[in-house]
Amino acid sequence: MDATTKFDLPQGTLDLLILRVVALGPIHGYAIAQRIQQISRNALQVQQGSLYPALHRLQYKKLLTAKWAESETGRDAKFYELTARGRAQLKSETESWGRLTDVVALFLEDPQGELS
Amino acid sequence: MSWWQRLFLSKQLEQELDKELRFHFEQQVAENMRAGMTDEQARRATRLTFGGLNQVKEDCRESRGTLWVTSVAQDLRFILRTLRRDRAFTMIAVLILALGIGANVAVFSLVDTILLRPLPFHNAQRLAWIAGNNGAGALSDTTFRVDAYEEIRRHSQSFQDMTAYVPFFASSDAKMTGSGEPRVLAGVWVAGNFFPMLGIQPQLGRLFTPEETVKGGRPAVLLSYAFWQRRFSGNPAIVGQAITLNNRAVTVVGVLPAGFDFGGVFHPGVRADIFTPVPMDDIRTWGHMLSIIGLLKPGVTVRQAQAEADVVYPQIRAAHPDWTTDLTMKITGLKEHVSGHLRRSLIVLWCAVGLILLIACANLSNLLLARAAARSKEFAMRSALGARRSRLVRQLLTESLVLASMGSAFGLAIAYAIILYLSRQGPIALPLLSSARIDASALAWTLLVAGAATVFFGVVPSVRMSGVNPQESLKDRGAGSGRKHDRMRAALVVSEVALACVLLVGAGLLLRSFLRVLDVDLGFEPSHAYAVKVDFDDGGKAARRGAILEEMLRRVRALPGIEAAGISDKLPLDRNRSWDLLAKGKPYSKTENYDVFVYIVTPGYLDAIGMHLRQGRDIHWSDTATSPPVILINEAAARREWPGQDPIGREAYGIGNGLTRVIGVVSDVHESSVEGAANPEVFVPITQGNPEGGELVVRSKLAPAALAGSVMTTLRSMNPGQPAVEFRPIQQLVDHAISPRRFFVLLVGTFAGLGLLLASLGIYGVISYSVTQQTQEIGIRMALGATQARVQLGVIVRTLKLAFIGIAVGVGASFAIAALIASLLFGTSPADPITFACMILLLVTVALIAGYLPARRASRIDPIVALRCN
Repeated sequence: MDATTKFDLPQGTLDLLILRVVALGPIHGYAIAQRIQQISRNALQVQQGSLYPALHRLQYKKLLTAKWAESETGRDAKFYELTARGRAQLKSETESWGRLTDVVALFLEDPQGELS
Repeated sequence: MSWWQRLFLSKQLEQELDKELRFHFEQQVAENMRAGMTDEQARRATRLTFGGLNQVKEDCRESRGTLWVTSVAQDLRFILRTLRRDRAFTMIAVLILALGIGANVAVFSLVDTILLRPLPFHNAQRLAWIAGNNGAGALSDTTFRVDAYEEIRRHSQSFQDMTAYVPFFASSDAKMTGSGEPRVLAGVWVAGNFFPMLGIQPQLGRLFTPEETVKGGRPAVLLSYAFWQRRFSGNPAIVGQAITLNNRAVTVVGVLPAGFDFGGVFHPGVRADIFTPVPMDDIRTWGHMLSIIGLLKPGVTVRQAQAEADVVYPQIRAAHPDWTTDLTMKITGLKEHVSGHLRRSLIVLWCAVGLILLIACANLSNLLLARAAARSKEFAMRSALGARRSRLVRQLLTESLVLASMGSAFGLAIAYAIILYLSRQGPIALPLLSSARIDASALAWTLLVAGAATVFFGVVPSVRMSGVNPQESLKDRGAGSGRKHDRMRAALVVSEVALACVLLVGAGLLLRSFLRVLDVDLGFEPSHAYAVKVDFDDGGKAARRGAILEEMLRRVRALPGIEAAGISDKLPLDRNRSWDLLAKGKPYSKTENYDVFVYIVTPGYLDAIGMHLRQGRDIHWSDTATSPPVILINEAAARREWPGQDPIGREAYGIGNGLTRVIGVVSDVHESSVEGAANPEVFVPITQGNPEGGELVVRSKLAPAALAGSVMTTLRSMNPGQPAVEFRPIQQLVDHAISPRRFFVLLVGTFAGLGLLLASLGIYGVISYSVTQQTQEIGIRMALGATQARVQLGVIVRTLKLAFIGIAVGVGASFAIAALIASLLFGTSPADPITFACMILLLVTVALIAGYLPARRASRIDPIVALRCN
């Protein structure tokens, strides 16, 4: 996939991606954006204008906590970490996402041709 | 981080946000430089991907959920600034609102205190008032004998318990000696379980013990809080000590709490200093003595208790053939008994202040409309620059809210002052008044009223305003744009005038009723007559009593300035008592009423109180215990017992033992109320009856202060134990009797005046505004030759047109309203033409004045100046 091919994430999916990335360990906003880009093989480029409001919203919902710590470059950065609540949320959302995609796949693959 | 922290730590959050984004930015720059860009290129590229740092920040702020607070705060700051600039507008708006809200909150507190709040007793909802004789007649009719009280208390299934007190306070008043001047204390005799049943706990000491409530028991007394404060300066050491009452040492066992107001609940305007347990055996043979309060069993209604009483009590009565009275009784909830008769008046009062609030709101709407019109350009500009309509409406609503809050704050202060004033009005015969206060429910009411007012007066202008077409308004002068506003403003003024008209007519009818009440021929002359309670020791012997009182009156009459003097044991419109009177030879019928009010008097009392002897002779000192018993009757008694005959010399049963002879007829005296008709009355010579104490009535042109010294010295010369008592003007009794009506008339009248003022302000505002708007037009007309008089006339005609439409609507509504308050009127028809005419005239006059001021301004417009400007 080309790095310039971008698409809009379905509503709420960004939150799930962020939770998933942060689940790997304490991480700052810049690295989250990088990580999402890497994992999606450049398919997703999260804009700062979406990333930070989402991070803050998750933090206010107490799914993430944040603390300031020294980053790899020696500057102070805000590191996000999953709370117990965030972990539970990630688990349940992963499951429901899985169910959703399975169901959607049933329709799209349509082996029996019931829809036609 | 909680919402509150986010709100209050926003500065810190801003710094962190900035730092976080800056870190991201720098990382990106570093990344770009690693990819081979120069520092400048890297920064530029990064800035592009960020797509507006401020937008990102704004979105992050939005995620905090506190942004609306900030924007409301902005609105508030802006509004406060503009209000401060428009100081005159703000002051008038806040004043109008404060008056409207203050009156509403004050009246709500009254209604709450008197009607809504439960009585300050334990189980208040279950307390019931048990009145004899179906609750009708004099105190002697509605009270019970001790035997009857004990029987119904024993047999009643509906009541868990009953208690009683003696409402004949003349018997229970006590003379306190032994410390300073002898004084008469206002005492109340209560049954032993009175306080426990009402759930009153003493503030100090204890209640009565059982051995203090039986015949021959240890004498004990409880003090009222007010008396304890007044007489003993609130000294707690008095508890356990003895005081001398009626020459007997009585132990003070406790002090009642300040919140217990016996008079306020049971006998408005009556003071109660001390409470004594009355042994039932002491008053068993005294006849009807007890007022009974019952505590209903849980779940039993007043109606069920009444149903039981209708069945069971006649059976009890049947078992006691020796009782002289029937046990027909009326049971009402205690609260209903205390304040039920005031419900209608209070509701009228409540409606009156509601109208005031409506007028105030209409006025404010008008003010805001005028203001909005003046600001239409500002709003058009903002709307053209992209402000959303909802944002503009919100700002206008916030403005109303700010005004309403300020109005409420001042209104509460006004209400507090009114309630404080009213609760200090001791002698008003309204129950529970002293406990009126601004409490939580009044505050809640304020919020509700202010909220409703905000919506009412804020919505109209804001919807109007936000809907303006920016293009129209921004054009220099939209000639036609004002018309729609004008119609709206005119409608508001018309409704104000109509509301004020209703208020004025209602108040006018009540006022006229009050004047009628003042005009009632009471049958005696209250002015220049004064009463003083005298103490005499006759040892219970009538002959000795005659000698003492004859000498006392002789000495008092000899004093300079005294025109007449006499003694009666009871005064009209004060305490009363009733016996039976049945003409000799008239067949007795069970269904007929034989009650007469009885006064035991000395010769000369008629002159002193100012009653008129119509026929026959007055009582003489020669009518003694040994001479044939005689009585005076009033015309009502003569009409009932000897209709169409000359009653002089006739004989009757019911007074004393056996027959008494009528020696004279006096004119009717209003004995129990000013407004009710006079009832049959009988006057018994003091030498032939047993007086309950004595009230010396003197008639004099001198001021009571000038009389007090000499009269008191004379009384002391006869009886050194004569307590120091006040001179009571007889007028005070009348004033007390009509005080509820005076109270309501005063309040409703004040509110009507307020309504009139507000309506006139409204008229003035609208006319004055339209004159300002038409300055140019008027200028042109004057330049073309219109005279000053013609311009003035035009403005005045316009004013009157508004006023007349309002009055027409108002008069129609008044007829309907007046029919609703008909039962509150006295001697006045609800459609009283004089009242209607006067009030209409008053309104037209006020409207004329309100229109004349702008009219005069219009006529002084200088055409040159008017045409030059704009």
